[in-house]
Amino acid sequence: MSDILELSALDLRDRIAAGDVSAAEATRAYLDAIDRTDDRIAAFNEVFADRAMEQASQLDARRQVGQDLGPLGGVPLAVKDNLCTRHGRTTCSSKILAEFRAPYTATAVEKLQAAGAVILGKTNLDEFAMGSSTENSGWGPTRNPWDTDRVPGGSSGGSAAAVAARQCAAALGSDTGGSIRQPAAFCGVVGLKPTYGRVSRYGLVAYGSSLDQIGPLAKDVSDAALLTRVIAGHDPKDSTSLPRPVPDYLAEIDTPIENLRIGLPREFYSDALDPEIHAALHGAAETFRAAGAAILEVSLPHSRIDRDAEGNLSSHAVACYYIVAMAEASSNLARYDGVHYGHRTRQAVQDIIELYSKSRAEGFGQEVKRRVMLGTYTLSAGYYDAYYNKALKVRRLIADDFTSAFETCDVILCPASPTPAFRIGEKTDDPLSMYLADIYTLSVNLAGLPGLCLPAGLSKSGLPIGMQLIGPALGESVVLRAGRMFERASGVTRLKPPMACGRAEGGPRRARPNQPRQE
Amino acid sequence: MAGRIDADLVRHIGRLSRIELTDQEVEIFSRQLADILAYFDKLQQLDTADVEPMVHAVELRNVLAADEEGRSLTPDEALANAPQRDGNFFKVPKVIEDS
Repeated sequence: MSDILELSALDLRDRIAAGDVSAAEATRAYLDAIDRTDDRIAAFNEVFADRAMEQASQLDARRQVGQDLGPLGGVPLAVKDNLCTRHGRTTCSSKILAEFRAPYTATAVEKLQAAGAVILGKTNLDEFAMGSSTENSGWGPTRNPWDTDRVPGGSSGGSAAAVAARQCAAALGSDTGGSIRQPAAFCGVVGLKPTYGRVSRYGLVAYGSSLDQIGPLAKDVSDAALLTRVIAGHDPKDSTSLPRPVPDYLAEIDTPIENLRIGLPREFYSDALDPEIHAALHGAAETFRAAGAAILEVSLPHSRIDRDAEGNLSSHAVACYYIVAMAEASSNLARYDGVHYGHRTRQAVQDIIELYSKSRAEGFGQEVKRRVMLGTYTLSAGYYDAYYNKALKVRRLIADDFTSAFETCDVILCPASPTPAFRIGEKTDDPLSMYLADIYTLSVNLAGLPGLCLPAGLSKSGLPIGMQLIGPALGESVVLRAGRMFERASGVTRLKPPMACGRAEGGPRRARPNQPRQE
Repeated sequence: MAGRIDADLVRHIGRLSRIELTDQEVEIFSRQLADILAYFDKLQQLDTADVEPMVHAVELRNVLAADEEGRSLTPDEALANAPQRDGNFFKVPKVIEDS
């Protein structure tokens, strides 16, 4: 049974197709793993045990009569709880959507199912994807399988932890400022944010519409490539999805890129970077060099990271990102008003405005309130030009920096995060310090580029250190192949956490109202 | 750059955002919003005189759907999550003022 949990999604798919393992066995193995471990990790908001076993037995029946199950045939996956599913609830880890049942399924999830995948359940996230630690979840934090006193990262912390803890073969997350990549780095797994528009956002609950993308979290680069191929492609239901064909990312994944030029942005390797991460990244660069790549310096001036007089990290890109993201969020979250769905206040109200105000006050968490309010403010009369319009201009400067950098290199190598996974509660008193956790990832969303995070190694204290590969627009092939080159040259892949439990009282207490674990 | 972030301003923003705030929240948010907005003010250091705002990451033109009939949500599907329902209507408190 435990062998099944160690297989990559690709290998599991092949074993199921060959009849060595049944889809039912694979699903049972993962459901058992969730039962054994989720008390300590709290990665799942809801587990679809009955339906998953049903999906699995239908797949087995089809295989018995010789049908091809598809590129993900029988593979058990998890999806982040901000992806709409007709089955079960879609809560976005928010009290305002605690009982919401979506009337449709997100395109990306439908594509997984059409490819033969089994959906195990919905994973925990920072509320409405706003956060970098999964501590902003309305249902309590998910814990890092490498050290359960530490965060798994965010906002796709549930998905990243679930993959690392072997609770699913792979998972979907979403990334607006780093929410796939940073948790991938903290949990020692692989995460890809595709080019903006590569994957349909239909059914992804919107946070920052010009920044959001859905992407995979997986045990290794090949699995990330497999999932991306399945979910990518034009969707008439998402007018921002790109009408461009999807390459077969797996076809050449094992072929090293000849004369690969890797750019290291000088602004990202300042003394603001943790020395262990600095060393790990330079080690990675040397690994690439030994594998035949050329390493050169590039510059991203507007993504520069400094320390201010008080020693805090500082970056224009962070200010730019948060102005844009919060402005878009304030607009996107206006729909949660207690009228058509979601939480409605039970207090007596004089009029409809009071209905909105009390419902939202009761349903939204603190971080969501902060962002909606800041977004509203920066869009309000008198401030629109100084903040929102200014930020959109800085956005172009940031994007143009990448365009210039890609004139001299094929892929950019940089950190995923200033530190490895921090402790639960360490940054929750200071919102700004939490925002700075995404300092290496958010420029990539502003520019709409693809970014792959994979493990570079472990820190001295045994925590995963991630590295990030950024490509030009629609450069998924380049970053995936480069990532695969690193895996093969370094041997660093499919890292496994010891799953040690913290202190006796460290087990999570889930704050979910009336939520049975099985459906 | 930002106006003084005092309690009145925070309450004003709360009204614009349609979020009712407790006194405690007004106090905490005053401090936090002031810090964050001061951080945002750093963007004024950058010269963007001749720069076009970048609204979208990709340059797609107006994408329109064909004007064809297709499947929509049924009334039951659309009302399935309604906090209060009356036939095929969402029930809400009075919106229109008495004359």
